Amino acid sequence: MRYTVSESQVVHAGSGLPAGQEDQFSGPDLHGHFGRYGGAFVGETLVAAVEELDRVYSKMALDPAFWAEFDKDLKHYVGRPSPLYLAERLTARYGGAQIVLKREDLNHTGAHKINNTIGQALLAKFMGKPRIIAETGAGQHGVASATVAARLGLECHVYMGADDIKRQSANVYRMKLLGANVIAVESGSRTLKDALNEALRDWATNVDNTYYIIGTAAGPHPYPRMVRDFQAVIGREAREQSQEQFGRLPDALVACVGGGSNAIGLFHPFLRDADVAMYGVEAGGDGLETGRHAAPLSAGRPGVLHGNRTYLMTDDAGQILDTHSVSAGLDYPGVGPEHSWLKDIHRVNYVAATDKEALTAFRDLTRLEGIIPALESSHAVAYACKLAADMPRDKFIVVNLSGRGDKDIHTVAGIDGITI
Amino acid sequence: MSRISKIIASLQAQNKKVLIPYLVAGDPEKGLTVQLMHALVKSGAHIIELGIPFSDPSSDGTVIQLGGERALRQGTTLLDVLAMVTEFRTTDQQTPIVLMGYLNPIEIMGYETFAAAAHTAGVDGVLVVDLPAYECDELFAAVRPRGIDTIFLVAPTTTAAREAAICENSTGYLYYVSLKGVTGAAITDKTAIRDKISHLRTITNLPVVVGFGIKDAESARDMADISDGVIVGSALVDSISHLQVGRRYSEDELMEVVSVIAIISEALKKH
Ligand SMILES: Cc1ncc(COP(=O)(O)O)c(C=O)c1O
Repeated sequence: MRYTVSESQVVHAGSGLPAGQEDQFSGPDLHGHFGRYGGAFVGETLVAAVEELDRVYSKMALDPAFWAEFDKDLKHYVGRPSPLYLAERLTARYGGAQIVLKREDLNHTGAHKINNTIGQALLAKFMGKPRIIAETGAGQHGVASATVAARLGLECHVYMGADDIKRQSANVYRMKLLGANVIAVESGSRTLKDALNEALRDWATNVDNTYYIIGTAAGPHPYPRMVRDFQAVIGREAREQSQEQFGRLPDALVACVGGGSNAIGLFHPFLRDADVAMYGVEAGGDGLETGRHAAPLSAGRPGVLHGNRTYLMTDDAGQILDTHSVSAGLDYPGVGPEHSWLKDIHRVNYVAATDKEALTAFRDLTRLEGIIPALESSHAVAYACKLAADMPRDKFIVVNLSGRGDKDIHTVAGIDGITI
Repeated sequence: MSRISKIIASLQAQNKKVLIPYLVAGDPEKGLTVQLMHALVKSGAHIIELGIPFSDPSSDGTVIQLGGERALRQGTTLLDVLAMVTEFRTTDQQTPIVLMGYLNPIEIMGYETFAAAAHTAGVDGVLVVDLPAYECDELFAAVRPRGIDTIFLVAPTTTAAREAAICENSTGYLYYVSLKGVTGAAITDKTAIRDKISHLRTITNLPVVVGFGIKDAESARDMADISDGVIVGSALVDSISHLQVGRRYSEDELMEVVSVIAIISEALKKH
């Protein structure tokens, strides 16, 4: 079977525009900067590795055969395109704009994370690296990494904060079933950021034979660009599906923001459409005013962590603050650098939904639509419902339903006082 | 010529090796750091690398991570670290001090504020682990005019093109990372290190010192044989980890705690 790749798909990598016609959204620059954000702030041992990855990816991104293989895997292995689904009863509940869900929860392994791991696994294979490492928070990226590793017969090690291992035990077991070695990270705050530190240490130690699959659009250049390019399939599909099903582009896009990969994946193909409003929803935890949250764009400031300059949750002494969110996948003190830039240029609005609001959305969507969303995605749903209520009925909002909630039923049951 | 360059040049002239211990400022508590620094000088240290504790030390192994965690539990900030340097300088104006750490604390303080305060305190050099040579304009603009040396790492993985750029940006000394990995790992391939250092000698006149994995007299001698000197971190931090918070220590007791440096100093002299 042959797969044709459109011209736009070949050039979409990086810019979305042919060479010579780049505009402000064509970033990053050659050193991975989005405005003043991004870059590659890594220890010297890893510099050569990120430079090699940049070289390889920059070449592959211009190779139609690479994207053909990527598209083929997304279609036959992941099950794309994912549907765009009008949530009628949820819409009726809030009585405003139509709420439309981009069903990334229906992907193989249950979240958008697999789009990225498929792409990076192709690179790992091409680069001849037999060993894969990954960090994970909710476990979705770990599962997606273990999945592609199993499929390609690669060795896979997943770093996961000891606290996250406790709250996402089902995903830990899934990774083990898939043949991955799950390593508990006991240092620091024992969550996603510490897992990332430990993965960087592993990479520096095993740099010759190891490919590091970062799970979000953060980290050193070229990861933010590369992960965005792989996740941009979400936005490209959503554009086409909106035209097909609604005859026009959406009025607003809403996505949750942990490191920012599902959000940038949905947003990026729409950035040049000035009439499409965009909302990135961070984890408000107990409320921004309490300080117990994970919302660097809403309540943080620029700094440098995990290889890039970006908005962070950091104290006056430059120490990274502990974060709090009911959802492990959003429990991260940084965010991808492109989001920091999109915030500063006011192209995307960054807002927050609290744990409580997310849990309400979780229950609403489950009862009204028969869809159990991931707690991460529930943050996006929560904000979209608020937004919809304030918009006229003839408008429509596309919400990225980034993952399904199977992994979260223990957490929700725990909140309800039930052990299962 | 900076204080760092002068000391290394005079050691080189006497055919001696430079010994640079690394400790984490504020580990295990703020009050002990300056005392430990003086004990290190008495034990034969020529230059001191003072670590700025950071919550996310992604280039460090367990020993130095834990040192950083102890220092942070005591609330050690970059301002505290600078105050320690000021205090150290009241009695020691000779021993160069290099601040080593990660970028975020400096970025949040602001480059100008940091450089001015470091200069006033008597800091001689800075080594920012996660600041690659092509991102360093802001830091350079602030520290260079104040005569503070900018020290960079060269790793086994560093490409030829980058070696040249790093040598161009470095002053004081080159810090050659002996192994692929994090601080505290073990050196396995001495020949490769020797070859790499011989090669560095052909492209720069900067002194080359070796760090990561030097833990005793033997490994120090091995590395000093092929370089201008050694940096000793994890072995010292491990020993410091046995100190108790809230206890007073006599000078003799602290000399005992840093004895690994005295032992290495002796070994390098016999060399
Ligand atoms: C379902 C789901 N959505 C969102 C996220 C947050 O990541 P990102 O912001 O990179 O999309 C995660 C992370 O684990 C996730 O599992």
